[in-house]
Amino acid sequence: MISQASRVLTRLGRNNELKRALTNSLNNCNKSSPSIIRSFSSKKQELEEKDKFEYTNNLEVQELKHYIPCYTIMNQEGVVSKPEQDPNFTKEEVIKMYTTMLTLNVMDSILYDVQRQGRISFYMTSFGEEAIHIGSAAALEMSDTIFAQYRETGVFMWRGFTINDIINQCCTNEHDLGKGRQMPMHFGSRKINLQTISSPLTTQLPQAVGSSYAQKLAGENNCTIVYFGEGAASEGDFHAAMNFAAALSTPTIFFCRNNKWAISTPSKEQYKGDGIAGRGPNGYGMKTIRVDGNDIWAVYNVTKLARKIAVEEQRPVLIEAMTYRVGHHSTSDDSSRYRTVEEINAWKEGKNPISRLRNYMNHKGWWSDAQEKETIASARTSVRESLVNAEKQYKPSINEIFTDVYDKPTPALIEQQKELIEHLKLYPDEYPLNQFADSKLILKD
Amino acid sequence: MLSSILKKVKPSLLVNSRIITRTYATKEVTVRDAINSALDEELARDEKVFIMGEEVAQYNGAYKITKGLFDKYGGDRIIDTPITEAGFAGIGVGAAMAGTRPIIEFMTFNFAMQAIDHIINSSAKTHYMSGGKVFNPIVWRGPNGPPTAVGAQHSQCFAAWYGSVPGLKVVAPWSAADHRGLLKSAIRDDNPVVYLESELLYNYKFNLTDQEQDKEYLVPIGKAKVEREGKDVTIVGFSRIVSNCIEAAEILAKEGISAEVINLRTIRPLDAETIVNSLKKTNKLVTVEEGWSQSGVGAEISALMMEHAFDYLDAPIERICGADVPMPYASNLESAAMIQTQNIVNAAKRVTQRNK
Repeated sequence: MISQASRVLTRLGRNNELKRALTNSLNNCNKSSPSIIRSFSSKKQELEEKDKFEYTNNLEVQELKHYIPCYTIMNQEGVVSKPEQDPNFTKEEVIKMYTTMLTLNVMDSILYDVQRQGRISFYMTSFGEEAIHIGSAAALEMSDTIFAQYRETGVFMWRGFTINDIINQCCTNEHDLGKGRQMPMHFGSRKINLQTISSPLTTQLPQAVGSSYAQKLAGENNCTIVYFGEGAASEGDFHAAMNFAAALSTPTIFFCRNNKWAISTPSKEQYKGDGIAGRGPNGYGMKTIRVDGNDIWAVYNVTKLARKIAVEEQRPVLIEAMTYRVGHHSTSDDSSRYRTVEEINAWKEGKNPISRLRNYMNHKGWWSDAQEKETIASARTSVRESLVNAEKQYKPSINEIFTDVYDKPTPALIEQQKELIEHLKLYPDEYPLNQFADSKLILKD
Repeated sequence: MLSSILKKVKPSLLVNSRIITRTYATKEVTVRDAINSALDEELARDEKVFIMGEEVAQYNGAYKITKGLFDKYGGDRIIDTPITEAGFAGIGVGAAMAGTRPIIEFMTFNFAMQAIDHIINSSAKTHYMSGGKVFNPIVWRGPNGPPTAVGAQHSQCFAAWYGSVPGLKVVAPWSAADHRGLLKSAIRDDNPVVYLESELLYNYKFNLTDQEQDKEYLVPIGKAKVEREGKDVTIVGFSRIVSNCIEAAEILAKEGISAEVINLRTIRPLDAETIVNSLKKTNKLVTVEEGWSQSGVGAEISALMMEHAFDYLDAPIERICGADVPMPYASNLESAAMIQTQNIVNAAKRVTQRNK
């Protein structure tokens, strides 16, 4: 508050009076009448616009009365309450969605254990949020840009990011698209239009607004979707992004995964008021929908509608998907220390998004126990084979330490690289050089 | 208070224009106009370029740097923003990732601290972290370093801060030609460039040659410039303080000391070669910066000279910096905390006399 106030004062005091006086007296002031006249006249117009609120002689303190309802169409038994709202995907499409969810679940279980064995340094599971990933991803176009937080692996898989892509990144081998420069789960890929995941929380929100502003400037019929958790929404960047998107009217979908836990902080300690959705309509004048995040069809319908609004009306939309983080935050915490097993099981068993879709498929006669077993077994094999293979690959070339700091290496970078290579040539046996790509070539001459 | 500002600014302005008039002789412009013309030309040249910041459009910028650009290019490319530095900095990063070339104006770099995560953690590292696939061609620009009479929170130099970050290029121009050539290079560069201006320089006048007025006039990033040749001592400075360095050289000349003045122009990548070459000739060095001394640009130059030119040094390097205190407001205290030309003269004398 102090800095804002002082800035306003600075602007009023320093810029208008002092600066003008200073520049005038130095005979250097660029008096530009046309634009100033125009800007005042447009300001006048704004003043004449009618206030949208009413004046009242009742002194009344306003409180939260109306909670935004949560849209859901399919219950845990897989029954769609309003058949006309069933997106009616074909059998093949639904099976693809289901197997992607199941594969993600299987991969998460294995890679979590693999981290525990010390074969990768870090991992984050998506347990309980599979319907959000696949439901929202299916509603987007490949030309839409994605900014993710870190727990959206299913979104990437739906768009064609393979198990190999994921595991190569986690093992940081030479096939890792990020050249071994980021922690596991920080993916980025041109192929699936995913901007590189960034560790500082919520910076992806204003950046997504920038991306969608660029889409708007270019006249594209695309939008940018940005995923984030309810905890991330407490960062100042959330406000910055929401306010800018509304003010600049950008085609942005803000997709909040409200999974009730931000590491060990429950959502009831994260905010008061009506969750994240409650901030949308009144706070930012933004179209907003709250949705059952464990209902894949509800998530699909909502994201589809949000995309339509964003692209056709060129304005942002906020979605709050209510769900539950069944797994730990990451491999760096143990969630049984801060929440009960009963709570976890109530969601894991009572509201499981995967079994909900399976029940839907069962009603249609599209799925059997044998198929279930076979899919799980096949996913396990794929993940294990991919892992074994990834571990055998070379690590990225030693030269990749120095590339891409700038578009072209600076003299200081070239100097550093030369020093390292000379050192390695002197002491080749002291380093596991055979693990890195191109080592022989680099150290040859 | 206003008169105290004028007293401070006017004399150096006079000194400055005298020097320049003697060197060139074609068109006299202010630094403000030099920046404005470079922005205008680059906006016209590439439609991917846009400007975003507080007050930059309708109001023509808090310091009138963007004067006339809103009328010429419209609200889609000259964008006024809500007062949230983290917001428009983040939007700049995202828009650059999506293939545009944003110019983000901070009303002063003091306010950019509210957005520094986007500049350092995102802008500087995006290219590297994406495996070289995503570029972040942004110009982060605005006034930097102490103006006058605005107190501790508006009077810092951030050259050393940004200069320490790999992935960023950092430039701090002095003359009108520097401002034009470096800004145009920065806008066309595929890397993020922090472009540090000086509020006090905006009204300084310099002459531009025909070549320097050309739309294709570019100053390469990473190259320092010898503004004045000399043989007894090298004085290195950047941004506004280069004027004081030249003034000091003139005073020293009257006393028989020949000072070489290097205008650093780029903080990162730092042109150590030009300084080393000068040092080989003069064997003495004084660094001058308006920021604080600890871990400053002068400290970096001193360390580089130890590594690359130790055998050429005939005297310890002297660093002239702003006083190691938050900037006081009262004009007498402020003057005492800021570098005066005499400080540079004294330092040059100390290093040259040591050897006699």
